[in-house]
Amino acid sequence: MGEWSRSVIPIARGLCLLYLTNKYLGTTVITYGPSMLPTLNITGNLVLVERISTRTGKLRPGDVVIFRSPETPRKIVCKRLMGMEGDQVTYIVDPKNSDRCKTIVVPKGHVWVEGDNIYNTKDSRNFGAIPYGLLQGRAFWTLLPRKDFGSLAPKPR
Amino acid sequence: MGTPRVLWSITKKCFTVGVITLTVSDLFASIVPVRGASMSPTFNPKTNSLLDSLSDDRVLVEKLCLRNYKFSHGDVIVFSSPNNHKEKHVKRIVGLPGDWVGTIYDVVHIPEGHCWVEGDNTASSLDSRSFGPVPLGLVKGRVTHVLWPPHRVGTVDRKTSQNRVSSSSSASKF
Repeated sequence: MGEWSRSVIPIARGLCLLYLTNKYLGTTVITYGPSMLPTLNITGNLVLVERISTRTGKLRPGDVVIFRSPETPRKIVCKRLMGMEGDQVTYIVDPKNSDRCKTIVVPKGHVWVEGDNIYNTKDSRNFGAIPYGLLQGRAFWTLLPRKDFGSLAPKPR
Repeated sequence: MGTPRVLWSITKKCFTVGVITLTVSDLFASIVPVRGASMSPTFNPKTNSLLDSLSDDRVLVEKLCLRNYKFSHGDVIVFSSPNNHKEKHVKRIVGLPGDWVGTIYDVVHIPEGHCWVEGDNTASSLDSRSFGPVPLGLVKGRVTHVLWPPHRVGTVDRKTSQNRVSSSSSASKF
């Protein structure tokens, strides 16, 4: 009995530490889809995500963030942060059909996110500004594929 | 004698206990104090009993519901405020995605992935009537039991208001 518990507790502690690191420090995420071209590939990227910036609030427009979709809470979505609360955001409403622009002010407690590939993305232009509480982390480094290894630079706006 | 070794062993034990407790409270259930009277009389009813006025209610919040984000009408949930992610609110789910909820002025359609929450104490509650439907991604847990004060220990029941909500065929389908 003593022998058995001597090996289970370190294993449990290790797993819990792994879980806590994943939830509070950083994790890796596989992205797929065309909405962040050319920054991220359609077929998929393995990116490193850190969770400290979202907790401390040190996010800046231009950061690539992951968040829970406001329409499907089980889905995690990756887009670029374009405006914090109080910022004025100007965006093209429907880039495929017209050049009409709209300017809004991001409400308190919310952020505005947009995909880099404005022709094929569902983002704040469709579902509006998202509450800050939905943000899950900031993607800052691409691990795979090897040719894209490197940091995800903030795109100058 | 072996004081550094004893100290190290105690530290390791505390660390292990802390790490495991944190993980369990994140993944399964945690105990949370409820502040404010917006859920009166379910939580913090302002009666004249001594224990009620001394401290806030403590409730058990279960996190297993966050696997599937499937909720039912009448569930009491804990969620991050849409206006300030650092604050958490405790309210009851009145409407699920696809429902039509009647407020004083009009009828609101709850979009996909959102819910309509209201406090049991309608007179003094800051809820969806002020900040609109809440995305389900903000939900942090579901309240199942009251644990303190002792004379009100028990499960938190679902209470639905059929007369104000018109729902699509099955309650938690989305």
